[in-house]
Amino acid sequence: MSDLTTLTLKAALDGLADKSFSSVEITQAHIEAVEAARSLNAYVLETPDRAIEMAKASDARRTSGTVGRLDGAPLGIKDLFCTKGVRSTAGSKIIGEFIPAYESTVTANLWRDGAVMLGKLNLDEFAMGSSNETSAWGPVVNPWRSNSGNAKLTPGGSSGGSAAAVAAELCLGATATDTGGSIRQPASFTGTVGIKPTYGRCSRWGIVAFASSLDQAGPMARTVEDTAILLTSMAGHDPKDSTSLAVETPDFAAFVGKSVKGLRVGVPKEYRVDNMPPEIDALWTQGIAWLKDAGCEIVEVSLPHTKYALPAYYIVAPAEASSNLARYDGMRYGLRVEGSNLTDTYEKSRAAGFGAEVRRRIMIGTYVLSAGYYDAYYLKALKVRRRIADDFDQAFEKVDALLTPTAPSAAFSLGDKSDDPVAMYLNDIFTVTVNLAGLPGMSVPAGLDANGLPLGLQLIGRALDEGTLFSLGGALEKAANFRSKPQKWW
Amino acid sequence: MTIDAATVRKVARLARIAQPEEALEGLARELNGIMTWIEQLSEVDTNGVEPMTSAVRMLAPMRDDVVTEGGDPEVVLSNSPKRAGNFFVVPKVVE
Repeated sequence: MSDLTTLTLKAALDGLADKSFSSVEITQAHIEAVEAARSLNAYVLETPDRAIEMAKASDARRTSGTVGRLDGAPLGIKDLFCTKGVRSTAGSKIIGEFIPAYESTVTANLWRDGAVMLGKLNLDEFAMGSSNETSAWGPVVNPWRSNSGNAKLTPGGSSGGSAAAVAAELCLGATATDTGGSIRQPASFTGTVGIKPTYGRCSRWGIVAFASSLDQAGPMARTVEDTAILLTSMAGHDPKDSTSLAVETPDFAAFVGKSVKGLRVGVPKEYRVDNMPPEIDALWTQGIAWLKDAGCEIVEVSLPHTKYALPAYYIVAPAEASSNLARYDGMRYGLRVEGSNLTDTYEKSRAAGFGAEVRRRIMIGTYVLSAGYYDAYYLKALKVRRRIADDFDQAFEKVDALLTPTAPSAAFSLGDKSDDPVAMYLNDIFTVTVNLAGLPGMSVPAGLDANGLPLGLQLIGRALDEGTLFSLGGALEKAANFRSKPQKWW
Repeated sequence: MTIDAATVRKVARLARIAQPEEALEGLARELNGIMTWIEQLSEVDTNGVEPMTSAVRMLAPMRDDVVTEGGDPEVVLSNSPKRAGNFFVVPKVVE
């Protein structure tokens, strides 16, 4: 029954509803696909027994009549989400054996709605990275290959496992998180759809923290509608997260397919950066034409502080990370390396437990927050962050959404950028502004480059206006008619 | 602005991450590269700009100061690297 893995989430839910197949059948098909795809390194933990158990329970609910909106659908969970009784590592050795005694709110919402967990998905360590190469479990391999060679490509990061698993049909959809682009850039690199909702839309409770004022969970799937279905389940107010917004969650799927006629879509001229590959520029122009054809009005807008977003991010995010990751001291949980005294034990545990990129970011964060530098760096970055948010406020007086490329390149080879931190950071040039401003952003696959690799376009919306993004994303998806899949080699 | 090996040593100590002496020069070079790139923020006029400390415009919600869960030492200790009875065992803190 391996063709069950090729279904969209929507088609699978319809098939489950009309009893064309059972949850056990579609779950078993996915378990086999996951086992056959271990060379991709997308899953760091497979939970087939739990999956079958959950699928059986779903089938029983189906017989008795009361089912949730995701009932019986097998999903993958990024290993940044704590799952009760199931090892949750954040891609780090320092909590490499950690078994949470609690469930993250987002995953609890998915199980409440009947979803089935296939396992935990690989990611950059503590979600710090753009290529999945900082994972303590080794990098994920992109199921896509260039048509000019068989080099192993990155699926992007940090949600590289989620992106690869969705693209390779190893789950119907996946959870992911996005602090600077970690949902949207991997979506672009793998020909999948990903949305980072408005900050506060999804609870951060039970998600291992990286940079708390930027982190936000969201779904990845193979269609815009599928991400809408998943987000409707994942989102919702949670008193356990003090930044969770007390707002109603709309039925996001109802926005997909709605007319976008008359919507004003802004094109920010500052996103036309130097050295942008002409193919990405051309795809952007094509996207503008598609939305125009769908009845949108295209407006050129200016976001003058765009170029300062990444440098500001590389103060704010490491500063918050250095504070958040101070908790990993080897005392109450996690790796402990005994030293000659308490401080020595802390220092040895953290040196052994954190990888190079995480250590680097903790060091940057500690430096910019240290006495004498706080005003010059951290406070300055928070003021620049305000100016970036103000840019968006002004643009959204004139337009309903923005259209930009998602990433400045297609997927690159593993190892290509791992020696140059700043070159790696530049991957997030188009995505990071959205995190700083707390806005929703979505990546939709829009075409292939000359090497046959997928490229995405990004839509940015007003705070809490994911609905417009789902409508516009649906329009782009329809116009692009992106049907390509990676050729199976694994 | 230059970060030298001595600064890296100090920052590593503040961050409680052991760094071998021979790694300090390389780290200083890396951090300098990143911080030099970040320096461009000084071009932005931020006079009179309020620092943005939260991504959402909302007041911190208030809740009653009551115990909501607890009383299960087995759960609390389940991931401890070292325990004795219902206690975490940690290195000696007071000499």
